[in-house]
Amino acid sequence: MIELIDIHKSFEGKQVLKGVSLALHDGETIVILGRSGCGKSVMLKIILRLLKQDQGTILIDSQDTTNYREEQMMPVRKRMGMLFQGAALFDSFNVGENVAYALREHTSFSEDRIRSKVAECLEFVELSGTEQLMPSELSGGMKKRVALARAMALDPVYMFYDEPTTGLDPLTSRKINQLIRKLQTERKVSSIVVTHEIANAFQVADRFVVIKDGEILLTGSASEIKGSQLKFVQDFIKGGVISDGRQ
Amino acid sequence: MNKYINNKISGALSETYRFFAFHWEVLRRLFRPPYYGKTIWEQMDRIGVDSLSIVILVAFFTGFVLAFQIGYAMMRFGAKIYVGGIVAVSLVRELGPVLISMVFAGRVGAGITAELGAMQVSEQIDAMRALATDPLRKLVLTRIVASTLMLPVLVVIGDLIGILGGMLVGVMNLGLTASFYKSSVINSLVFNDLFSGLIKPLVFGAMISGVACYYGLNTKGGTKGVGEAVTRTVVVSSVLIFLLDAVITKLLFLLGI
Ligand SMILES: Nc1ncnc2c1ncn2[C@@H]1O[C@H](COP(=O)(O)OP(=O)(O)OP(=O)(O)O)[C@@H](O)[C@H]1O
Ligand SMILES: [Mg+2]
Repeated sequence: MIELIDIHKSFEGKQVLKGVSLALHDGETIVILGRSGCGKSVMLKIILRLLKQDQGTILIDSQDTTNYREEQMMPVRKRMGMLFQGAALFDSFNVGENVAYALREHTSFSEDRIRSKVAECLEFVELSGTEQLMPSELSGGMKKRVALARAMALDPVYMFYDEPTTGLDPLTSRKINQLIRKLQTERKVSSIVVTHEIANAFQVADRFVVIKDGEILLTGSASEIKGSQLKFVQDFIKGGVISDGRQ
Repeated sequence: MNKYINNKISGALSETYRFFAFHWEVLRRLFRPPYYGKTIWEQMDRIGVDSLSIVILVAFFTGFVLAFQIGYAMMRFGAKIYVGGIVAVSLVRELGPVLISMVFAGRVGAGITAELGAMQVSEQIDAMRALATDPLRKLVLTRIVASTLMLPVLVVIGDLIGILGGMLVGVMNLGLTASFYKSSVINSLVFNDLFSGLIKPLVFGAMISGVACYYGLNTKGGTKGVGEAVTRTVVVSSVLIFLLDAVITKLLFLLGI
């Protein structure tokens, strides 16, 4: 279980998160909704401690990681997989080396075993046989899926997906949603999914969290979200013009 | 105006603090594994091979011009027989380390900053950390170790090539024989020259790669930021080469070396 308690974060005086509290229960998938620039990616990075919060506490399986140094975070991060918004593949490595990265660093697997694990992860994202391609040779959707394969190579118990389906065609999006579901049901992975795409959100979410102006506006199940009277939420669901709440 | 100056000063101070804090973090990692020996080896190969041709070119012409200028100046005093020695000592003690380090800053330092900067702005550094690996170890320490070891090697090669370039002038223009030039070189160089000539590139190699990694990892603002970071690396490390050169020269002089 991961708990965020009253997380604050600002950049150069601009407040991005103003006291976000959130719990991710074991085996659960939460979807985070919010406008572009509201701090969703920042929140995921704070959980992994790629960024430090200004204030607030993070508990990961009851360990308080708030004051952890970089070395102390390493074992914690091994149990987490992060799909970055921009994929963030290592562009000097080919696909196979990207997926094998964590295995080479953190396991003593033989080359054969690494190769079969890489093949297995790539098959999971339906990119079998692409080991030799370089990231620059991949389409945006393929990059996302390779990044997903890389993130899951160490069989993490927590997965964080930063806009896994943005910019993908509906069929590939559905595949990714099924993947997220599959990791949850087959491997009992707990996940946080950040997305703008409401249709995809409904396919994977056990629970929704809506962020607005650096605070949590609403959390609830799919039906609670659909039934919400808040204009911001309704606009978001309808996919129409998203209200900025100023009118 | 006063406030502006205050801001400038406190900005410079905090930048300096961050610079040293960064290097302290890197240094701490030197004493505990893992070391990524294979990456260090690859980096040494890359840094060495990448720079070799330009080092040879710069060193050769430096020696060539140096011998020319010194030769014609000395001829007036009938002292051209000393050309070999003077070329060798000035190359080994001073020009070799400084010029080749300048080339190194422009070639390897800029390259390191561009590479790490591009990785930073495309979140690859974050991805490394998210995959529970340490960029300071895997990227920074390996590059600093490789540069610190390779720059002295390049400088030695450069010194030799420069001396050869000088010999060419000595033989062709000054009427010296090759063996005379050679013995003049060997007789003039003493251990202290070699020591001074090796300690400088060792320090410069660590400094240039440290500066390059620091600006690379602190790159902000996309592609434009990468360009700015590269410029900063080249400017700062060039200035520091001259500064440290003066400091080391003075220090060695005080120590009698
Ligand atoms: N490293 C950083 N330095 C300075 N400002 C940052 C940094 N990272 C994010 N920000 C700022 O924080 C705010 C939130 O950014 P974030 O990337 O979390 O948005 P987001 O909710 O993920 O948006 P999107 O849906 O467009 O990805 C933005 O205004 C951004 O400018
Ligand atoms: Mg984002």
